[in-house]
Amino acid sequence: MSKRKPYVRELPIDWWLKNAFYTKYMIREGSSLFITLYSLILAWGVFRLSQGEAAFNAWMAALHHPFSIILHLIALALALYHTVTWFSLAPKAIALWIKGKRLPDKFIIAGHYGAFVVVSIFCLIIITL
Amino acid sequence: MNASTITIDILRYRPEMDEKPFTQSYEVPYSADLSVLESLQYIKDHLDSTVSFRWSCRMAICGSCGMMVNGVPKLGCKVFLRDYYPKKVTLAPLANFPIERDLVVVMDDFIDKLESVKPYLIPEKEKDLATGPHQQTPLQMEKFKQFSMCINCGLCYAACPQYALDKKFTGPAALALLARYNRDSRDNGEAERMKIVNQEEGVWGCTFVGYCSVVCPKDVDPAAAIQLLKVDSSKDYLIGMFKPD
Amino acid sequence: MSNTTEKTYTRSHEPIFWGLFGAGGMLTAFLTPVMILITGILIPLGLIDSKHLSYEKVHLFATSWYGAAIVLVLVALPLWHTLHRIYHALHDLGIKRGRDLQQVFCYGFAFAVSIFVFTLLLQMF
Repeated sequence: MSKRKPYVRELPIDWWLKNAFYTKYMIREGSSLFITLYSLILAWGVFRLSQGEAAFNAWMAALHHPFSIILHLIALALALYHTVTWFSLAPKAIALWIKGKRLPDKFIIAGHYGAFVVVSIFCLIIITL
Repeated sequence: MNASTITIDILRYRPEMDEKPFTQSYEVPYSADLSVLESLQYIKDHLDSTVSFRWSCRMAICGSCGMMVNGVPKLGCKVFLRDYYPKKVTLAPLANFPIERDLVVVMDDFIDKLESVKPYLIPEKEKDLATGPHQQTPLQMEKFKQFSMCINCGLCYAACPQYALDKKFTGPAALALLARYNRDSRDNGEAERMKIVNQEEGVWGCTFVGYCSVVCPKDVDPAAAIQLLKVDSSKDYLIGMFKPD
Repeated sequence: MSNTTEKTYTRSHEPIFWGLFGAGGMLTAFLTPVMILITGILIPLGLIDSKHLSYEKVHLFATSWYGAAIVLVLVALPLWHTLHRIYHALHDLGIKRGRDLQQVFCYGFAFAVSIFVFTLLLQMF
């Protein structure tokens, strides 16, 4: 008779806290909660805009609240984390072949950061025009 | 602690007598050039002959000695005690696989997944032996070579939370192997294999954790293979909308 | 395992959501940090004068056809990215029950907010 009795280990519910790599993955996924919140704040802004000047100014005033600024600082940190992780994984979904060689990942990543800086500066300039 | 020894904790499981796994500690003479696999062989030869583990080539070619070393999937032959000394080393069987005995796991599901992706050349039409071999340029080979370096060690499955959460997921190594054949200029089986890719348990079970590529001892980069297959599957989806088969 | 009969394969509709996720993720990676910086930090702190985001200026922009399109994309597209991630994160957290309902709620939410913003912009036109 076989003595085989394979033992199946249960995956702990907090598996993503047991390994730093998984924790970073979950922070990356979790960044979407704050980015969702930011999108909702903007959507609310569009709603207040549609209600007229007084409503829009009230929305703007609410953004000045210290709580709002702290919330946006957290959202900014997580959004930047999303940017960093997005750029670092981008080369994996891009296979660019030039003269029989695959374009090295670091060029693709550098290109993304370059564009990011240009786009950010462009936005900061255009808003103050 | 004696300066010349290192503690090795092994998660043991003897199916004929144990209800569940338990940890057993061993003291092994430390030397900087000793691999974890060699330390296991020392334990088996000198301390406890009942400890079971798989091994063969001792040079990261056969893919037999995959195990969790301090929680990270590694090949026992490719990791050294000096990387942990003087801290202790904790060994456990590869995660996400059932334990057969001690550090030996049941890999049947992994092998089934590898077989399921049609990992063989499906030529457009059978060639006569007399017409000679299939020709391939270095560039054509370069397109798939990286994905063909897999040694079927299973480390990427032990690293994949999506496989852990859902055993139906085809998984990193099998999908990289699939990509390897899809990208081969001698192969014409892409249409058949895309059916496998397009499923929920195909590439769409992946959320791009990316740990598979980190732990791969042969730099196969299954995460990249899967991302590129997702792009292929999306194109296939669009084509399928206009041209249902 | 030697299966001689061909398996039946079921095509996933994930490419639609993955496409939106990718587009939203790209937009979020490039633009969300600077957007948060401007609307949530620099203007409230007075480092950029709030006259640059005055009612007249924003209204004028949002009621032009291209401005409305830009506002819709900037507000709604990131949601298709984030709700996709939230949907999959629920699975990661081991919430396996009612996956269909979770899917309807997640993508339905992104859809509802998109329609909400679209309707407002149309109404202001």
